Amino acid sequence: MVADPRTTATDERLDALTLPAGNGWLHAARKDALGRLRAVGLPVRRDEYWRFTNPAPLVRVAPAPDAPTQTDDPFDGVDAYVITIDGDRLDLPDGAPDGLEITTLSKVAEADIHWVRDLYGKLEAAGSRPVSRPFAMLNTAFATGGLAIRVMAKVSRPIHIRTIGGTDPILHHVVKVDADAAVTILESGTAGARSNIVTEVDVADRAAFDHIRVQGPDHARHVNTHLFARLGTGSAFKSFTLSANGQFTRNEAVIELTGDDATAHVAGAAFGRDDLHHDDTVFVIHDACDCESRQVFKKVLRDGATGVFQGKILVKEGAQKTDGYQISQALLLDDDSVFLAKPELEIYADDVACSHGSTTGAIDETALFYLRSRGVSKRVATDLLVLSFLTEAVDEIADDGLRDHVGGLMADWLSRD
Amino acid sequence: MLKIENLHVKLEEEDKQILKGVDLTVEAGKVHAIMGPNGSGKSTLSYVLSGRGGYEVTEGSATLDGIDLLGMEPEERAAAGLFLAFQYPVEIPGVGNMTFLRTAVNAQRKARGEEELSSTDFLKTIRAKAKDLNIDADMLKRPVNVGFSGGEKKRNEILQMAMLEPRMCILDETDSGLDVDAMRLVSDGVNALRDAGRGFLVITHYQRLLDHIRPDVVHIMADGRIVKSGGPELALEVERNGYADILEGAA
Repeated sequence: MVADPRTTATDERLDALTLPAGNGWLHAARKDALGRLRAVGLPVRRDEYWRFTNPAPLVRVAPAPDAPTQTDDPFDGVDAYVITIDGDRLDLPDGAPDGLEITTLSKVAEADIHWVRDLYGKLEAAGSRPVSRPFAMLNTAFATGGLAIRVMAKVSRPIHIRTIGGTDPILHHVVKVDADAAVTILESGTAGARSNIVTEVDVADRAAFDHIRVQGPDHARHVNTHLFARLGTGSAFKSFTLSANGQFTRNEAVIELTGDDATAHVAGAAFGRDDLHHDDTVFVIHDACDCESRQVFKKVLRDGATGVFQGKILVKEGAQKTDGYQISQALLLDDDSVFLAKPELEIYADDVACSHGSTTGAIDETALFYLRSRGVSKRVATDLLVLSFLTEAVDEIADDGLRDHVGGLMADWLSRD
Repeated sequence: MLKIENLHVKLEEEDKQILKGVDLTVEAGKVHAIMGPNGSGKSTLSYVLSGRGGYEVTEGSATLDGIDLLGMEPEERAAAGLFLAFQYPVEIPGVGNMTFLRTAVNAQRKARGEEELSSTDFLKTIRAKAKDLNIDADMLKRPVNVGFSGGEKKRNEILQMAMLEPRMCILDETDSGLDVDAMRLVSDGVNALRDAGRGFLVITHYQRLLDHIRPDVVHIMADGRIVKSGGPELALEVERNGYADILEGAA
């Protein structure tokens, strides 16, 4: 009998990993995830949600040898509470803002009863139905570190999670935002040649969660992130990701609106060249009434780069008055670059407004001529138009200061690209 | 200053001749107007001079102060002193008007080997010029032409012209979409730039713009050629009798 390539690859990968020791609830959650992972196996190219993105860089036992170069703090100048995760080292500095309870995954594992217990691997498992997320399962089973953040009030200063160093880190964060509380989480860093980061976010009634993530501008990195969120009544969820370069990026988001009047906005701006492969896979589930969701993704690709967008809005039975919107757009700067988009709508309620659109285009020649006719070189004019194109996604950031900061960062990274 | 000789232009993509031998010389300090019916090639002439893609010059030449324009990139022509005020100024979301203008001014200065303008000097200059054109601080901050009314867009074109101080200005149907007040404002802006060292080529359908920007010479263009040239009275004749009489007379 010939062995199934999926089973072989899964076995090889799992054999090379060690389940962290323990005997408490965390260990049980890890074993549960490992069981689920063994049942589905790691993905292969023919799987529906991996047709556009070859999972091989994530499946292989050892990450690619090239290490990313350490980069400057992209949120330098932003007043935030910074937590640095350097490889396996995770120290919580003093000075955390009021209204927060922050601890580490390793500390949490020692406690018998902990709120994290009700979330760790739970949102991930829920988000693996109906489409399995094998690398998130792998993460739940083998995570070597992570943060547990509980938000109990409206927190004024953002928390900045800066992940640097390591070779092949697997990090798992759990965030619980209590009713009426609010928090902004910034994420940055260059974590190893390959990184697997899962974040589970529970947003209670009337709570607000804001997430701004920047990835880049180093190139030699293979990134796989999952963001699982559950939204309560009247809550607001926002996530924005800026990606510059990167050989391999797959950012997945699974957001379930479970309470009425909730809003979920997910957006991303990405640009890069050459062997860049950038994939946004987003799944928004409406399971309550009067909710609004919005997906805005923009990519600028050149010199043979590949962009992927797989976005789905699922409106469950009874989720009336849903307002769902999705747009994915790519600007291809040459004939060698590729954008692959799969927008999906699946609707089981009869009183909803959902729309989606996807466009792929070249640079607007009229606009380019307009800029050049004013004396701006073709290169700078192209940069300005790229900036103009991506800015619509950056505009999804609600906070003026952070929006300007990320916009400035993007312009800076673009000019160095 | 601007010298166009026997210019023949066809569309790049199809076998359609648009300009069929244009001869025109604009001297420094003079305002020339080109009038003509739709499809006569007026806008094409402005695009070909400023370097827009999609056209092929099959014969003839165009020079600015003796320098061959047609062999240069659009940005090089701008640095050489050519400016085109667009009939339909382009909206560029996400790029601030001021940022764009500063980039343009400094790019041209750099190309000419001059020092870049400091931000203080730039601000001082642009504020003064914007005020003359009734352009407020908000319009300067907003993305280029986004959400601008027709009149605001045209005023913005003139502001760019005032900031870039070109030697040779081409205005392509700057009057289209303007009400009387806006037309006066735009014309005042143009007139303020008239001086002995600068030439203007004003393209328009209607005589009314020429009441405000008084031309020295008026040309009538039809079917890719200049068929008649004269003084300002020629524009009045068009206004009175239409193009048909003139074209018949020229044929």
